[in-house]
Amino acid sequence: MKFSKNYKNIFLAMFLSFLLSACATQTSTKKIDSQIQGDVYTGTDTVEYLADGVPDRVFFATNESVLTTASRETLRKQAAWLRKNPDVTVVLEGHADERGTREYNLALGERRANAAKDYLMTYGISSSRASVISYGKERPVDSGSNPLAWSKNRRSVTVKAN
Amino acid sequence: MKNKIRLLFAILLILFPFKSLALIEVDITRGNLSPLPLAVSSLSSSENDKEALQKELDIKDIGLEISKIVENNLKKSGLFNPLSKDAFLQKPDIAHLKPRFEDWALIKAQALITGKVNFQDEKLRVEFRLWDVLAGKEMLALAFTTVPKNWRRVGHIISDKVYKRLTGEKGYFDTRIIYVSEKGPKTQRIKKLAIMDQDGFNTKYLTLGNELVLTPRFNPTNQMVTYLSYFKNLPRVYLLDIETGMQEVVGDFPGMTFAPRFSPDGKKIIMSFAMDGNSDIYTMDLENRIVERITNHPSIDTSPSYSPDGKYITFNSDRSGYQQIYVMKSDGTKVKRISFGKGLYGTPVWSPRGDLIAFTKLHKGKFYIGVMRTNGKGERLLTENYYQEAPSWSPNGRVLIFYRETKTDSKGEGFSAKLWSIDLTGYNERLVETETDASDPSWSSLLSN
Repeated sequence: MKFSKNYKNIFLAMFLSFLLSACATQTSTKKIDSQIQGDVYTGTDTVEYLADGVPDRVFFATNESVLTTASRETLRKQAAWLRKNPDVTVVLEGHADERGTREYNLALGERRANAAKDYLMTYGISSSRASVISYGKERPVDSGSNPLAWSKNRRSVTVKAN
Repeated sequence: MKNKIRLLFAILLILFPFKSLALIEVDITRGNLSPLPLAVSSLSSSENDKEALQKELDIKDIGLEISKIVENNLKKSGLFNPLSKDAFLQKPDIAHLKPRFEDWALIKAQALITGKVNFQDEKLRVEFRLWDVLAGKEMLALAFTTVPKNWRRVGHIISDKVYKRLTGEKGYFDTRIIYVSEKGPKTQRIKKLAIMDQDGFNTKYLTLGNELVLTPRFNPTNQMVTYLSYFKNLPRVYLLDIETGMQEVVGDFPGMTFAPRFSPDGKKIIMSFAMDGNSDIYTMDLENRIVERITNHPSIDTSPSYSPDGKYITFNSDRSGYQQIYVMKSDGTKVKRISFGKGLYGTPVWSPRGDLIAFTKLHKGKFYIGVMRTNGKGERLLTENYYQEAPSWSPNGRVLIFYRETKTDSKGEGFSAKLWSIDLTGYNERLVETETDASDPSWSSLLSN
């Protein structure tokens, strides 16, 4: 019957458009998903490099100072580079996002920077080569007021001191 | 004889109710939805004195200006409603000698403030009176002398005396606020220490903005300030003398010291010291320089604040996994957690009245300023916001000042930081005006006694 054929087509069209819109949302959430995993920034937007293939920073989850697998890999690369360049000293700068009280964030930044430093030390970098400073939430790299910006700010950055 | 006694009794019965009219009282423990209407008359001064003071201070009518300070203070307290001077019937000089109470009652004033200012021998001599209009009585009469450059403090001192007489509580008007003045983009904020009178006047900048400065706090004697400075990129607690501008690092710590406060007697600094990823609380005696360790725990211990009797300390610790509020004896023993609600707690600060601890709370992405009793019970949230923290108490323990930040929009603009205040009752939330953006406010004690 002509009637039911039209219905079929309409139904098919609707089904297809639902599929397509579902795909669209998948990609946009995927974009953010691919930059934050387990509340830790995994993107490369703000990352700088100490040397070829040696990222200068690691990221943290909210209120945490735990190093992720990716962070440990980055720090191993840093340690290797530091062993190859024994005259270089560094400062590890610890930071927090703005969604917390100021004083606690100063302490949290210090804890994060020390977590990174401790890991470098397990790979043979002596404590005298790496000093620590916390900036709490005072030096965000991204001034946005959204979870992605905040995840980029929860970081410990290794900076050449000489 | 019996009839005479009966008559006397009847007369007394009639007279008594009139004579026992209670003098005005203002209750500050509840939200005040009907502020007491009162009239603040200009303080009167002679034409000669007006001229002399115009030369000295560049003020046309000092009596009027002082009365405006009083009006402004009383109005901002939320407890009083100063009536417009346009309606006043009596002139300032006459009103101060003998108010015609009917004139003042006519405009619905329940209380009246009058006064007089003389400029003699390079000094300001001030007299003021507080009158109960309905009872037709003088409630308070005071005189004092000061140097002309303190003329604004005259207004604040009068405000405090009036407030005390009408509420039974000490005032908070002759005080200063120290805070961090902020400018520039979020990623490169320029911060300076600033100090101002509590009504926003006489702002002075105490540092130049070359290094990051944070969390300034007054010494109870008000000459010194302690704060965190990143001078030479080494974050340490410093002392600053407001009068001389001299700065001095506190102690010789091998790592970051931060979150400093004074003990109630002004003799010690209590602060956090961070080393190898752990922050603990330490004190240093300013006289003998002896450093004492107060907490010894692998968690973050910070934001310490003494009780007004110096016997206890409240502080922020994440030893239970997340930021909570604790109380311990001032020697570090008997640590007890007192915050148990949902969310994170920070910035605990003990009220000068000793009865409450104010704090910041973060729950489900919102920030709250709240108070709780010192055993943790009776938690009460006063205000909610996208971002706010760090309450500081007025010296009478009735008002809290704190700061708020706004969101940045998608273009990275729109960010601002401002000081706000709110009464303990949860009412009278208001913006505290500052010349620039501001954060980290701390309230001084009363400058006068």
